[in-house]
Amino acid sequence: MNPLSRFFSGLRARGGVHPDGRKGLSAEPPIRILPMPERLYVPLQQHVGACARLSVLVGDKLLKGQLIGASGGNISAPVHAPTSGRVVAIGEFPSPHPSGLPGATVTIEPDGDDRCIEAVVPNDPFDLSPEEIATRVGAAGIVGLGGATFPSAVKLKLSRKSGISTLIVNGGECEPYLTCDDRLMRERASGIVEGIRLIAYAAGAREMLVGIEDNKPEAIAAMRLAAAGSEVQIKVVPAMYPMGWDKQMIQVLTGREVPAEGRSAEIGVLVHNVATAWAVYQAIRFGRPLVSRVVTVSGAAVVAPGNLEVPIGALAADLIAASGGLLTQPQRLVLGGPMMGTQLPHLNVPMVKGSSGLLALTGKEIGLPQPAPCIRCSNCVRACPVGLLPLEMAAHIRAADLSAAVGFGLKDCIGCGSCSYVCPAHIPLVHFFNYARGELAAQEKGKLRTEATRKLADSREERMQRIAREREEAARQRAARKAAADAAKKAAAMEAARLAATENQEELV
Amino acid sequence: MTMLAHAPHAHAPMTVGQIMATVMLALVPATLYGFWLYGWPAILLWSVAMATALLAEAGTLLLQGRAAKATLLDGSAALTAWLLALSLPPFAPWWVAAIGSIFAIVIAKQVFGGLGQNVFNPAMAARVMLLISFPVEMTLWAAPTPMFSGHAPGFLQSLAITFGGAHWDGMASASLLGHVKTEFTRGIDLVSSLPAHFASVHGGLQDAAWGRRAGSLGETGGLLLLAGGVFLIVRGIITWHAPVAMLLGVAAPALLAHAVDPAHYLGVLPHLLSGGLMLAAFFIVTDPVTSPNTPAGMFVFGLLCGGLTWVIRSWGGYPEGVAFAVMFLNALTPIIDRYVKPRIYGRDRKGQSLQIEAKGSVK
Repeated sequence: MNPLSRFFSGLRARGGVHPDGRKGLSAEPPIRILPMPERLYVPLQQHVGACARLSVLVGDKLLKGQLIGASGGNISAPVHAPTSGRVVAIGEFPSPHPSGLPGATVTIEPDGDDRCIEAVVPNDPFDLSPEEIATRVGAAGIVGLGGATFPSAVKLKLSRKSGISTLIVNGGECEPYLTCDDRLMRERASGIVEGIRLIAYAAGAREMLVGIEDNKPEAIAAMRLAAAGSEVQIKVVPAMYPMGWDKQMIQVLTGREVPAEGRSAEIGVLVHNVATAWAVYQAIRFGRPLVSRVVTVSGAAVVAPGNLEVPIGALAADLIAASGGLLTQPQRLVLGGPMMGTQLPHLNVPMVKGSSGLLALTGKEIGLPQPAPCIRCSNCVRACPVGLLPLEMAAHIRAADLSAAVGFGLKDCIGCGSCSYVCPAHIPLVHFFNYARGELAAQEKGKLRTEATRKLADSREERMQRIAREREEAARQRAARKAAADAAKKAAAMEAARLAATENQEELV
Repeated sequence: MTMLAHAPHAHAPMTVGQIMATVMLALVPATLYGFWLYGWPAILLWSVAMATALLAEAGTLLLQGRAAKATLLDGSAALTAWLLALSLPPFAPWWVAAIGSIFAIVIAKQVFGGLGQNVFNPAMAARVMLLISFPVEMTLWAAPTPMFSGHAPGFLQSLAITFGGAHWDGMASASLLGHVKTEFTRGIDLVSSLPAHFASVHGGLQDAAWGRRAGSLGETGGLLLLAGGVFLIVRGIITWHAPVAMLLGVAAPALLAHAVDPAHYLGVLPHLLSGGLMLAAFFIVTDPVTSPNTPAGMFVFGLLCGGLTWVIRSWGGYPEGVAFAVMFLNALTPIIDRYVKPRIYGRDRKGQSLQIEAKGSVK
């Protein structure tokens, strides 16, 4: 940042908002283990990338940690049984998505024993080669638990290839209400620190930084204690949304800026979430695949908000029941945090690897404002952490001028929702941008399809022309050959005639 | 089936109506002080401006077939009228305020598409229209006659002044800037014209600073408007960029010119405390609708606005230039917005992706 823009935008990281944290609702009670539900509904698609390939049949007996879906491609992650039991159904089940549309799901009936599959683990994980660690992380089905759900092993291997110097572990947890990372750091700091060291070893990073927002003093203290004597450095960052945006965290901790359309590895940085570090520790040290996670259950409609360690596939309804049920009918159910989380259609959807929070919010918490005209107050411009002009983008999208919106940076929007949050006119700005980006993607897809069709048509045209040309050529050649043969015949006849004539003459002579 | 909602599922506790209400709250001290200073005529004029603006807003919305209640309650029309009233001569006849309010709401705001769509600040547009159309009424300033003091007009007399066109003794007073300009045209420079002006008001420069002098409500309450502006900055309703830049835009050339030629150029303090500068700096150039989007753009906007104000005051035909400067810069706002944009993360100023220089460092 140059001094001039510093002067105008303040000294801190730019943009950002300070929403009411409401973390106190769930931050104090320790993590509880969710009582094993009667049924688990484990979707095969819980990550970014290709869907896992089913590897069990109905009726199969499973052990905890046994593979039920194998990795479906280069960018994919396997899925494991969250407990021991029996496969009772394989089929479609509502997915944790606003639409509630069904997705391929394995339904497991737990046997109550929670027996684990046997795992071979080394005495010292650092004896393993970095490649072996990355492979094991991949085999354990670990994905980015901060919400992005990108397969972690892919990131590790790419990082090794491009040569990174710094591992940043994101303990920002800037979303309001969510305290699952906070509780994890308070209670399981030493495991997280070992996970961090394992990730750094696998990725070849020398520097290890953990960024934690200053509104989590207990987590900072616990992590500092656990990291004492190791190379892991705990860094305190100001509490601000979206501090957990990886690029924001990178800039605050290292001063480096990731180029647009680029990856953090290009500037030698790898970012992972603290919960991912914990999962890596579990996988490498104990051979436990990712089959459970800590989920914050909160919101004013919940009787006893807190954090639960839940097996993947537990229903939202199970979590609510274990949190004392509902005080009132919630106005809205949200999966994730209130800033970027998605609405849930109902409570009969399973928790997946990327589920960080389950919120039952009252009307008072969400507010139900009616949009009003934009008064160009530019609160959105000041709130945008990317440096975009949300009001201009929205105005152009309303006018169906998407290319102008792209000119104002539509494609750089990270969808954090800071603009919508501060807008005094309650204009659903980020909704406009998501719509426009979907529309752009559809247009580009359409363009590609047209292009492909045109290419096919062109090559057919060319082929037909070539065939016609070849036919013509063949016909010409045939004609030429025929003409040549005729000429030869003629010449032969003439020669014969001439010879005959000569003979006659000789005879005459 | 619940209605599909989108993130964020939380919202900052602030609405457009609250913003307008906070701005009006910030205007209260200066306005009450003005009411006390100029008495009933000022109160009547303010009331006429407010009532007409609300009626005009309701009427135009009715004609457009739009629901009037929500728009009237957002406070934008009331704020416009309030700002206009503060910029009028307090003893002006009622129809000046009424015509000004109707022009501000109907022509300057609703014709452009209503709240958020207007190019020019409605209050300033109306003031400029009034000044050009009714130069006599718009330059008849009254000397302060504080309420309950012996020579203040009573309520009935005030009704006669505002609604009956009656004249009042003090009404020949000139504002400082007007006086200076008039004296210049007579060939009298500041060395002799300033002391004469201050002699005519109560106690010289000291009293003038506190507003005990002829002028509009917005002029005399300068220091209270400054306080109101600081309140708005603290509350986060406005940012410091435009106000500071505008004051700087006036003060810097004033300081320079006054140092070079004190007989022809007013000093910094008379400039800052005269005319509509304080009102404009904190309540007009900070109008979000008609000013640029970015903090840096606001700074440029304010600076140019202040500079132009000083130019018009010093060399223009009119004694005061704030309203003209604001309107001119309102027209320039889209251009400022086009060239002053924030840098996008990961891109340079031209919008190109940042280049990675050495290993692991980006410039």
